[in-house]
Amino acid sequence: MIFRLALASLLARFVTVLMTVIAIAFSVALFLGVEKVRTGAKASFADTISGTDLIVGARSGSVQLLLYSVFRIGNATNNITWESYQDIIARPEVDWAVPISLGDSHRQFRVMGTTSDFFTHYKYRQGQGLALQGGALMDDLYDAVIGADVAAALGYKVDSPIVVAHGIASFTEHDDQPFRVSGILEKTGTPVDRTVIVSLAAIEAIHVDWKSGAKSGVVTPVEVIREMDLTPNAITAAMVGVKSPLQTFKLQRAINEYREEPLLAILPGVALQELWSIVGIAETALLAVSVMVVVTALIGLMAAQFASLNERRREMAILRAMGARPWVVFALLLLESVVIAFVGAVLGIALLYAGLIIAQPWIDAAYGLWLPIHAPGLQEGLVIGGVMLASAIVSAVPAVRAYRLSLADGMNVRI
Amino acid sequence: MAAGERVLLLGQSGSGKSTLLAMLCGTVPVQSGQVHVAGQDLAQMSGAARDRLRAEQIGVIFQQFNLLPFGSVLDNILLPLSFAPARRAKVKDPRGTAAALCEALGLPVAILSKQAAKLSVGQQQRVAVARALIGAPQVIVADEPTSALDADTQAAFLDLLFDQVAQTKAGLLMVSHDARLADRFDRVVHLSDIAVSTQEAL
Repeated sequence: MIFRLALASLLARFVTVLMTVIAIAFSVALFLGVEKVRTGAKASFADTISGTDLIVGARSGSVQLLLYSVFRIGNATNNITWESYQDIIARPEVDWAVPISLGDSHRQFRVMGTTSDFFTHYKYRQGQGLALQGGALMDDLYDAVIGADVAAALGYKVDSPIVVAHGIASFTEHDDQPFRVSGILEKTGTPVDRTVIVSLAAIEAIHVDWKSGAKSGVVTPVEVIREMDLTPNAITAAMVGVKSPLQTFKLQRAINEYREEPLLAILPGVALQELWSIVGIAETALLAVSVMVVVTALIGLMAAQFASLNERRREMAILRAMGARPWVVFALLLLESVVIAFVGAVLGIALLYAGLIIAQPWIDAAYGLWLPIHAPGLQEGLVIGGVMLASAIVSAVPAVRAYRLSLADGMNVRI
Repeated sequence: MAAGERVLLLGQSGSGKSTLLAMLCGTVPVQSGQVHVAGQDLAQMSGAARDRLRAEQIGVIFQQFNLLPFGSVLDNILLPLSFAPARRAKVKDPRGTAAALCEALGLPVAILSKQAAKLSVGQQQRVAVARALIGAPQVIVADEPTSALDADTQAAFLDLLFDQVAQTKAGLLMVSHDARLADRFDRVVHLSDIAVSTQEAL
């Protein structure tokens, strides 16, 4: 009956209690929302490339290889010769391989030469493949497929012309061989969105008249170039899939010990983890901020409890006169806080799910960040439990005050 | 006070009537002198034992009735039983007992489910009496329960209170500043006399 009366007392202060519940609900929703974004960002990051067993490049560091081959950040220290690449793909463990050639750019976006196999084998977000939102894959030598961000930032449509610049941040353009946008990819939330994709042969074609990184002065007609053998001499990196996962390490070792030139084969998942651990500090900071929000709401709860103490001295004195021990008064206040915290936390989780359901497609479209909606689980349970425990701890302060007041007031009703 | 005795404690405002009641109930510690309730010296008892004694042996009627406004009438009447196991054991059928008390005090039984805040002053007063009487404690302590009432209502209320207290054979200690009530009690104690006699003793 005491519990029921405590609930009735809470309901009697409905507006104040509701405000506190809402503050806790929002803070819990924010905390879990930040947590969702954090894990979502981590998962999206880890899912930047999936289904690729090894990435092969010139020998450098694994993070560096990952950065330039997948994230298009920085440059390769060296290339892989076409012969070495052929040797690797001829190995029995190899199921498929996609060569990529980097080095040129268009405006602020990187240009990547590859084969049509890239569109088949490049997977992100747990095996999702690339899809076109318009146009078609490269058919002609001078066709380019652009990522969603490239199209959005530069206002390109299918058939828009593209002139590739030599190198990165260079003033020299391959303006004698302009490209045409043949297709625009769907947004993926990966670096592909910011990439201009052309064929490997096209990268060769635009460099026919270039010697040692500069224009040679000779201008070969496009018709002649089209007839040339445009097999590259070298590529920047290669994505490799193996026939059986068990063979991954064997192939990795073989590539790392390749005698003809120094190569490096990395497991993308491992390298992604290494890279994420570098940005992990931001993750911790984000978490700390959201924890502070919950703490602020709980301090709000404590303040509300303090404010209500005076008006509730009558209630406490009545209970004391009926024979209630002072700790009953203490426990009632604590119980009240825990109930408020529980309702607030549950409401917060409901808010989060409502927010996720509404915002999920929008966040995916705008930021390429996929926030999965799972049924509430251990994490949500722990948050509810944690908030209830924390509320019990913070409300111990006003509860002790209530305890002292009830000792001092006794059964005298002072209001 | 003898069992079943009706004692009126008279005194002016600020003379310490309520403090004396609190001492008798064991919520204010006694600095000198002795307080015995149901044969037990309060000064020798722990805080828990005093709280238990109050819950089991004393029914309190406040000046302002002091019902829990958010609780139902039934909740308010049964509240003391939550802290008094022996008193609770005496009440086999809590709802039935509360209903019987309401009827005896002239309240309709349907009032039990009504919220206390929605009652009239007269109804609140009777519910406060029912709350003090439930489980038949040995002493009923009433702190100026008639101060808000006109003379006629006051008389009717005292009739009702005396009648109920007599049925449970409880002692009644009532505090008032209204000397006109003196005739109706077995014994009258003037708080000013106690103060004077205390002065003399000093």
